[in-house]
Amino acid sequence: MYVKAVDDVSFKLNKGEAVSLVGESGSGKTTLGKTILGLYKPTSGEIIFDGKELWNSKSNDLMHYHQETGLVQQDPFGALPPFMSIQRVLTEPLAVHKIRSSSEKNERVHKALEEVRLTPVDDFVNKYPHMLSGGQQQRLVIARAMILDPKMIIADEPVSMLDASVRIEILTLLKDLQDKHDLSVVYITHDLSTTRYFSEWIFIMYAGKIVEKARTKELLRNSLHPYTQALLKTIPDPDPDNRFKPRDIPPGEPPNLVNPPEGCRFHPRCIYAMAGMCNQKEPPEFEVEKDHFASCWLYG
Amino acid sequence: MNSSLLDVKDLYLYFRTKRGPVKAVDGISFRINRGDTLALIGESGCGKSSLAKAIIRLLPTNIDTYKGHVYLDGKDIMQLDESKFGKLVRWVKISMVTQAAQNSLNPVIKVGQQVAEPLMIHEQLDKKTALNKAKETLSLVGISKAFADRYPFELSGGMRQRAIIAMALTTNPELVVLDEPTSALDVLTQAGIMNLLKRIRKSLNLSFILITHDIALSSELADKVAVMYAGQIVEFDDADRFYRSASHPYSAKLMTSVPTLRTDKKLEFIRGLPPSLINPPATCRFAPRCPYKHGRCSEDPPSFSLRSDQRIKCWLYSVEGVD
Repeated sequence: MYVKAVDDVSFKLNKGEAVSLVGESGSGKTTLGKTILGLYKPTSGEIIFDGKELWNSKSNDLMHYHQETGLVQQDPFGALPPFMSIQRVLTEPLAVHKIRSSSEKNERVHKALEEVRLTPVDDFVNKYPHMLSGGQQQRLVIARAMILDPKMIIADEPVSMLDASVRIEILTLLKDLQDKHDLSVVYITHDLSTTRYFSEWIFIMYAGKIVEKARTKELLRNSLHPYTQALLKTIPDPDPDNRFKPRDIPPGEPPNLVNPPEGCRFHPRCIYAMAGMCNQKEPPEFEVEKDHFASCWLYG
Repeated sequence: MNSSLLDVKDLYLYFRTKRGPVKAVDGISFRINRGDTLALIGESGCGKSSLAKAIIRLLPTNIDTYKGHVYLDGKDIMQLDESKFGKLVRWVKISMVTQAAQNSLNPVIKVGQQVAEPLMIHEQLDKKTALNKAKETLSLVGISKAFADRYPFELSGGMRQRAIIAMALTTNPELVVLDEPTSALDVLTQAGIMNLLKRIRKSLNLSFILITHDIALSSELADKVAVMYAGQIVEFDDADRFYRSASHPYSAKLMTSVPTLRTDKKLEFIRGLPPSLINPPATCRFAPRCPYKHGRCSEDPPSFSLRSDQRIKCWLYSVEGVD
């Protein structure tokens, strides 16, 4: 038995750009993120970073890849060892990657804390994670992700545990770091409304597949895939008239990935499903407009 | 129709800790009309859940202060002793859906029996009658009666949450407190639960207190909005006014941090942290972070009423204005 958590997914991410991977739980977005990080070896397929294929190379290169990529986890408190001081949290990755000179270590710790604005740095280095607020903890997690000077950051639901105002503070910080260091960012989220402000691209995932890819504004203005359209309709903006209107929701639930439906995985819930087509043949990716892709037979 | 259902006056709930009392609910007053939904919004730690617990009297043991008046249908339920409160109020007139409740179902008891339990306890129904009524409530929330014989693990997260809502409705309460009722659910499942709540509050003429930190989501149900900050309500307003333009500087700032999907706006965040509830300052509690801070703010402002259904705890709205 196999769970096809991520099934035939292809995309490119440019230097200095952020992409939002949007999907519901179980859609495979976290698995995809971990595969990109090199934490899972893909069953088949390639991950090419800076021109080099990740899993065809020697183990040294994988170590080097880990240095060039950073992870920002969802739950900052769970991601930080409670018994380690901030200084130790930040020097641990340096030790793993054999940066041993203490002057360099201190310099890097200082720089990382300044970048995430945990200042004055000297007030923070000897504190422990529980002494920080939720927002400060998440900034520490970002500092840890940045300490090896990576080229790419994977942020897995980095703000879903935080309050409205702190969310914007953290996402603004990530955006500033992206711009300043020309970072590539993979922002994994279920929250479409923040993607508008913090990423250049949106990829929508459903049941292990990317069903739609486009630049952020284009996708929000002109969504093509029926699943994306359904998703967008259910997300409220603050508006007192919302309370009088029920929302349209597609029937059913996402499929079991051990045994996904034949054809298009969304067809059992889709209002446009065409018998003899959508329930038999899996739709390929169609480039409907320039840089706007949808995996749906409506566009075939 | 427009009669008052719940009237809270000067409610206090302090928790005892080693470092001193935590003033989680610090002098709160508000009113809810029958059939209205009040959204209680604010950041984590501002005391919203404590306020709910104070109203339905589900309290931990380390209570320092618990006083004030809570009038339900005109009767002060704070005067009732614990056994009367359990018999007359809790789950009879006011019930609650707690946070992440879909994971609090007992895994080894069938769903129908768990939904029937409040009826056996509060209405002394026998098991069979209770189970039949539970099945009716389950179908009201969109779960087919056959699922009453299933165990929680056989239900999806959304269905479990519906079962929890059924458990809160089965005794026909007048007021249901919903504490983050959808926070652990997916977007589409969340929208389904919101549709359900919209439908039942109309058909049952129910009142809700919706506690959430998700402001966009709160507008799915709210007729009235109360914004809490550091243990106090800083703004109480009509939903129509609040979501279009919030008045208190804290509410207004909070609204600028809410991203919108359909329109562009400039997102901002509030610098600094809320004060500790152990020793909150005697000034306005938001003053250290407030862009409109002036001399008067060193004194704690009362709540000013500009209109009958609006109260704002800020000197900017005092009758004599800012000096």
